[in-house]
Amino acid sequence: MSEFILEMRGIIKEFPGVKALDNVNLKVREGEIHALCGENGAGKSTLMKVLSGVYSYGTYDGEILFKGEVCKFKDIKQSEQLGIVIIHQELALIPYLSIAENIFLGNEQAKRGIINWNETVAKTKELLSKVGLDESPHTLVGTLGVGKQQLVEIAKALAKKVKLLILDEPTAALNEADSENLLNLLLELKKQGVSAIIISHKLNEVARVADSITILRDGKTIETLDMKKDHVTEDRIIKGMVGRDLTARYPKRESKIGEVIFEVKNWNVYHPFQHERKVIDDVHLYIRKGEIVGIAGLMGSGRTELAMSLFGRSYGKKISGQIFKNGVEIDVRNVSKAIEQGIAYVTEDRKGNGLILMEDIRKNMTLSRLNKIAKWFIVNENLEIIESEKFRNRLKIKTPSVFQKAEKLSGGNQQKIVLGKWMFAEPDILILDEPTRGIDIGAKYEIYTIMNQLAQEGKGILMISSELPELLGMCDRIYAMSEGRITGEVDRYKATQEGLMKLMTKTRVRG
Amino acid sequence: MQVPTQKMSSHHSAANESKTRLFAQTIKNHIRSYSMVVALVLIIGLFQILTDGILLRPLNVTNLILQNSYILILAIGMMLVIITGHIDLSVGSVAAFVGALAGILMVEHHVSMTATVLVCLLLGALIGAWQGFWIAYVRIPAFIVTLAGMLLFRGLTMVILEGQSIAPFPKSFQNISSGFIPDVFHGDSLHIFTMVLAALLSLLFLWLEIRKRNEQKKYGFEVGHQAVFIAKLIGVLAVINLFAYVLATYEGIPNILLILAVLITVYSFVANKTIAGRHIYAIGGNEKAAQLSGVKTKRVTFWVFVNMGVLAALSGLIFAARLNAATPKAGNLFELDAIAACFIGGASAYGGIGSVSGAIIGGLVMGVMNNGMSLLGLGIDWQQAIKGLVLLAAVAFDIYNKNKSA
Repeated sequence: MSEFILEMRGIIKEFPGVKALDNVNLKVREGEIHALCGENGAGKSTLMKVLSGVYSYGTYDGEILFKGEVCKFKDIKQSEQLGIVIIHQELALIPYLSIAENIFLGNEQAKRGIINWNETVAKTKELLSKVGLDESPHTLVGTLGVGKQQLVEIAKALAKKVKLLILDEPTAALNEADSENLLNLLLELKKQGVSAIIISHKLNEVARVADSITILRDGKTIETLDMKKDHVTEDRIIKGMVGRDLTARYPKRESKIGEVIFEVKNWNVYHPFQHERKVIDDVHLYIRKGEIVGIAGLMGSGRTELAMSLFGRSYGKKISGQIFKNGVEIDVRNVSKAIEQGIAYVTEDRKGNGLILMEDIRKNMTLSRLNKIAKWFIVNENLEIIESEKFRNRLKIKTPSVFQKAEKLSGGNQQKIVLGKWMFAEPDILILDEPTRGIDIGAKYEIYTIMNQLAQEGKGILMISSELPELLGMCDRIYAMSEGRITGEVDRYKATQEGLMKLMTKTRVRG
Repeated sequence: MQVPTQKMSSHHSAANESKTRLFAQTIKNHIRSYSMVVALVLIIGLFQILTDGILLRPLNVTNLILQNSYILILAIGMMLVIITGHIDLSVGSVAAFVGALAGILMVEHHVSMTATVLVCLLLGALIGAWQGFWIAYVRIPAFIVTLAGMLLFRGLTMVILEGQSIAPFPKSFQNISSGFIPDVFHGDSLHIFTMVLAALLSLLFLWLEIRKRNEQKKYGFEVGHQAVFIAKLIGVLAVINLFAYVLATYEGIPNILLILAVLITVYSFVANKTIAGRHIYAIGGNEKAAQLSGVKTKRVTFWVFVNMGVLAALSGLIFAARLNAATPKAGNLFELDAIAACFIGGASAYGGIGSVSGAIIGGLVMGVMNNGMSLLGLGIDWQQAIKGLVLLAAVAFDIYNKNKSA
């Protein structure tokens, strides 16, 4: 048997008009964690679909060897039988079924079609202890947080006797503590002989857990590096991904900070269903003209809830407090009022809350302020095409036209549409919630550049992010949030990751 | 400092190429509606042959319009409901209830026609508001609210009619459904006014199309080949005038066709060109995103149901006028015909997709099939079964098309 558990040789996959994979080679050693890196659209997901049999044998060229044997998978079932299991970015669990039912879904512990529940539960307990999840097998999956659901997915893979585990952006939706936990689990599984392929944009994680790394760019294998032997650093990986050195990950900006443009006082918000639960507790904050202000908070700190409650009370109940714009109190009791007052909110969930995926770029871009291109409530479609085309060019959205449907675009391009949509609305204050989540480094840089331009135009920007380096790289001033309160305010030059993390984890003194 | 952007160079040079692609894209976007038009033409052709030419005889064409008008009116309203991602099962019962009220007012209490029609349309609006309230503001699924409405208004119809039919309606009321626009020129064998109207309509169409093209040129857009444009104009003008000629050799334009034409024009315009229309599509496409874009999702949903109520009332009036009676059984299964028309016409069951013209084409596909099969002497049993298969085939074809393009 060779030292490689998996070899993919000369894989070519063509779609009408595009060569998605062009002679890609991938070799994964037995018992290693192998990272697969590349910008969005580089071909990572396509390659994994070829491997797992989503694209069946015959629809691509090249060969796949698993444990030295040639494989010709017709579907996912066949690859799973050999122990190749994919965990997708969007988790495939059923919320209304219990953990045990989910883990053995399609793989039921049954005799003659009748399920043995005792065995199912016993095996689930065993698996849960393996992945370090302290929950009852009967708990409904829908009641678990994303981090725990991810662990259930891994337990499900283990139940299938996984030999090669493939994780597509496993930590994209996780906070730091859950990410840490997951990465440790991967290292633990490695010791037990499970090989893994991990696709991730978070290069610090890759640098931490991977033994080797293959970099794809434009559907081609650029290089495979041994993390230790080649002394791979994050900057080295970025160089491979974008094809050049990246001297600065954050574009520079001369801050020209003016008067206070936006101010929030005594802001209190209660949970929409649990009426006694205070989600936002007496928040005060301000933004000045031309300033980028950050909010650093872990998941669950109330940062998105704060942003959405400010944006036309689109979250929460029993909201109290005052909002001032240019020193005058404003009325923003619903979203259209907020838009009229020049506030924009770019959501963290572009597919769920930001875009109408089945519509084209043009209609998405103009939706939040149709009256700008309408007369007597009638939309001028010619003007609409011109206007949206302008933003498509300015944001460098990579499509032939504005008639492209949003669902067909990559994450980075989708994010640019959402941003363009709110730039079209001509706001004075932009609230950006995780504006670069799950998009590639090239697109991130372009979004940072646009943010800087907007700040230079004199707009006030509030940026929410879980990535501390991003906040430190972009913001003039950073608020830290924990348990719905502002726990600190730090100037850009005084801020450090450690200092912020301390504020973000500061809990209320009890008693 | 270097900027990590990729493939910038190819971006500007490809302006021409992108224009052709843009054109191909628009064709692709419309392929679904074109394919249903083609299907409709094929079905008409098939029955024209099978019935030895009876289908397109002037008398039968007029009948076709009269028979299907009330379903087409329901289908227009239903299309908006389906685009917002809801459904309305109550329209048949509402139509019956309104027809019953019209009978009581006009036949039993001798209220004038104008007043009756206004009261009935207002009642439709109130019923729509009632259902819209539960759906938009209390957020009970439309399926349940309108299922309840279906039972409620069917029941109330039987209550106020006491299980009996009321007839006959005054002549003026019957005229809504069975009358024709009078020929002011008093043609002998040909209804001249019809041809005059057709000519005026042709001119209007020409003017609008040419204005649209010039507008696009003004904005610097690629407008497609002149020859194609002219061919399209000639095609449409031929259809308008031929259709008018067929009608003119019988009694001319039925009143109901005029009502339908106005409704189709107005609703297509609202759906495609206005802010309200955009908001309706946005809600069906992604309600949360629409709400966070400042669309007043509850209010829009509410008004879509009010509108459906008004159209259901109108449909009920027209049906009562045609039948010349208000009966407890009126409007039975209308809701299913209207819904089927929308889905055959390309609406998505998940909302966000569909068009008024699609609903009309879908309604006509069903109407022509009904009529054609009746002419062939096929029983109602077989008609029902075949219609079911056609609905399934149309939606299957739609999904096949979508998968192919993805």
